[in-house]
Amino acid sequence: MSGTKPRTLFDKIWDSHVVERLPDGTCVLYIDRHLVHEVTSPQAFEGLRLAGRKVRRPDETIAVVDHNVPTSDRRERIENPESRLQIETLERNVAEFGVPYFPLLDMRQGIVHVIGPEQGISLPGMTIVCGDSHTSTHGAMGALAFGIGTSEVEHVLATQTLLQKPARNMLVRVDGRLAPGVTAKDLVLAIIGKIGTAGGTGHVIEYAGEAIEALDMAGRLTVCNMSIEAGARAGLIAPDQTTFDYVRGRPFAPQGEEFARAVEYWRTLPSDPGAHYDRVVTLNAADIAPMVTWGTTPEAVLPITGTVPDPEQVEDEAARAQTRRMLDYMALTPGQKLTDVPVDVVFIGSCTNSRIEDIREAAKIARGRHVAAGVRALVVPGSGLVKQQAEQEGLDRILIEAGFEWREPGCSMCLGMNPDKLTPGQRCASTSNRNFEGRQGPGGRTHLLSPAMAAAAAVTGHLADVREFA
Amino acid sequence: MQAFTTLTAVAAPLPLANVDTDKIIPARFLKTIARTGLGRNLFDSLRYDADGKERPDFVLNQEPYRHAQILIAHENFGCGSSREHAPWALLDFGIRCVIAPDFADIFFNNCFKNGILPISLPRAVCDKLMQDARLGDNARLTVDLARQVVVRPDGEEIPFEIDPLRKHLLLNGLDDIGQTLQHVAAIDAFEQRRHAEQPWLPGIAVG
Repeated sequence: MSGTKPRTLFDKIWDSHVVERLPDGTCVLYIDRHLVHEVTSPQAFEGLRLAGRKVRRPDETIAVVDHNVPTSDRRERIENPESRLQIETLERNVAEFGVPYFPLLDMRQGIVHVIGPEQGISLPGMTIVCGDSHTSTHGAMGALAFGIGTSEVEHVLATQTLLQKPARNMLVRVDGRLAPGVTAKDLVLAIIGKIGTAGGTGHVIEYAGEAIEALDMAGRLTVCNMSIEAGARAGLIAPDQTTFDYVRGRPFAPQGEEFARAVEYWRTLPSDPGAHYDRVVTLNAADIAPMVTWGTTPEAVLPITGTVPDPEQVEDEAARAQTRRMLDYMALTPGQKLTDVPVDVVFIGSCTNSRIEDIREAAKIARGRHVAAGVRALVVPGSGLVKQQAEQEGLDRILIEAGFEWREPGCSMCLGMNPDKLTPGQRCASTSNRNFEGRQGPGGRTHLLSPAMAAAAAVTGHLADVREFA
Repeated sequence: MQAFTTLTAVAAPLPLANVDTDKIIPARFLKTIARTGLGRNLFDSLRYDADGKERPDFVLNQEPYRHAQILIAHENFGCGSSREHAPWALLDFGIRCVIAPDFADIFFNNCFKNGILPISLPRAVCDKLMQDARLGDNARLTVDLARQVVVRPDGEEIPFEIDPLRKHLLLNGLDDIGQTLQHVAAIDAFEQRRHAEQPWLPGIAVG
C-alpha cells in the first residue's frame, strides 16, 4: 500500500489492481470486467484456439453484438454476408469458450457501452476493458475503463490481466452550473476544444467540480465517453450518491446487504484532499454555449452562435493547411454562420448519446414539430431496454409523428459498419463522437452536437440554436 | 510475431497531423475475421477515388513509395479508435516503422503487439526525416532497434527512446501472453485476496 500519501481516484483503483510490479515499472494489472463485441474479438478467440488456451474468467466477461448489426427488423436474416459471418463467429466463440452473451434478439442487447452500466455490470472501483476506444464511457461509474486492441483482448481473455504502466493524472474541473439548453455533450465538446484532441495523451482525466457533480449518470457517461477524443487513456468521475442511486437494483449489481457493503467500499474511492495531479485545467460552466463541430477533428468545435473560421487568420502554417483541408472536405465557407449550414441527415444515437435521457431531450424538441423537407432523421436507441422504456413513455410516437425513423439498437451511423451510412457529400448533424473524414460513410460530412441540437437541426433543416426552441 | 531488429528501407512522407484510425483503415473494412489482407485498403480514401481508381498524387501510389517500409508523419498519429486493424493494415502493406512527433496511446500500444516500431521524435527532427523521405530511393533510412538509432542517408545518427520491456519483446518477436502466464500464481493469489476483501463482487452469469 502507498501509506498516507494522498491519492487520486485513479491511483486508488490502479493500486488495488496491481497483481505484480515488474522491475521496469510495468504492472500486471488485474481486469474485473471484459466486454467483448463482434468486430475486435474474432482474431483474439482464434489466437486462443491456436495456442490451446481457455478463457480464464468467463464469469468476468460479457459479449454482445453491436457494431455491425442492422437497425431494421432483426427477425430477418442479416443481408450483408461479412456482417453475418462476424456475428455468427462471435456466437460460435462464446459457445465454445463459455462466455456469457446477450444475443441479437435479447431485450438486453445494445451498444456495449450502454449495456454495461445499464445492467450493473460496470461498477465503481473496477477495472473495465473492451476492444473499443469508447470504453472510457464506463469511467462515469467511477471505474478505470479503457479501450484495448485485439492482441490485448486475447491477453485479457487468457490471463484476466494486462501489462500496463500507470498513466499520469489530469484534473478537469468545471466550476459553476451549465446554462439552460447546455448539456453534457456541449460541456465535453468545450473541454476538447480547449485542450485539443491530443490534450489528454498519456493521462487519465478526472472530471470534477460543481457542473460535473450536478450531471445525472447519462450526462456523466457522455462526458467520459469522449475522453478518448481528447486523447486521454480514460476518463473518471468520482462515485457519489448519484452513482449509488443509479447502480442500486441493477440486475448484475450487488443486491441488499451486499450492496450496502459495496457502497461502504465505493465511498473510500474519491480522490484524497491534496492528491497530486500532473496537469489541471479549469473551465467555467456558465461560459459554455451549445456547441457544434465544423471540421474533421473533434477539437474543431465552436459555439453554435459562431462562424466558420478563416484559414488565412491561422498563424501556424501546418494548422492553416489543415484548416483549409477541413473546410474543403466539409464544403464550408470562411465567415459562414454555423446556423446557416443546411443538413441532409440527422443521427441521434451512439454510445455517446443513445440513453433514455438523450431520447427524451430529442423528443422534447420534436413534439408538435416536423422533420424539415428533404432531411432524413434517425433515432437509434442504445439498447433494447432503452427502446422499450422510450416506447412506454410514448417517445417513439412523438418522434415517428414528427417524421423521425425509430430503429433497433446498435452502433449504426456512428461508424457506418451496418447499412446506416452517409453517401458521398451528405451532411449529417450527429450525436456521435467522431467527425473524422469518412467516419459515417465515404465522403460523408459530420457535425457533432447534442441530442436536443440534433433534433433542432432535423426540424429546421439546418444547424440551429436549441435555446431558441424554449 | 515477427521480430524487429534492423530495417533499411524507403520511407514515405505523409505530412499530415491527426491521422486517425478511420483514415488508416475505414470501419467498413473491419468486417473481417482475419488479421491479414487489409493492406489493400490502407489509407483507402486517400489512396483511391470514388470509383476505386488509384489517386496518382497520393504518396503510396508512387514509386518507390509503393515499397515503403517506414512512414514519416506529423503529430497525434493513430488517434481515434482502438482497432488493431490499423496496425494490421500498415503491416500488411509492408510498413514496419512509423516515425512521428507523437502518437495516440492505444495505436502506439497496438503497434508493439504486431512487430511495428513506432518512434517519437521532435517535430524538427521529423521534418528533417521528411525531407530525406522525399528523396525516395536515393535516401533510405536505417532503423537500428538494438542501438536505438535512426540513421539518415548522410550517416547522421538520431537516437530515440523506447521502453526496455517493449524493446526486448520486439527484438525477440515475443508474444506477451506467454510472459504474463509466468505470473499465473500471483494472478491466482490476487483473485483469492480480492474475493476475501470484496465478497460482494458478483460474477456474470446470463440465464
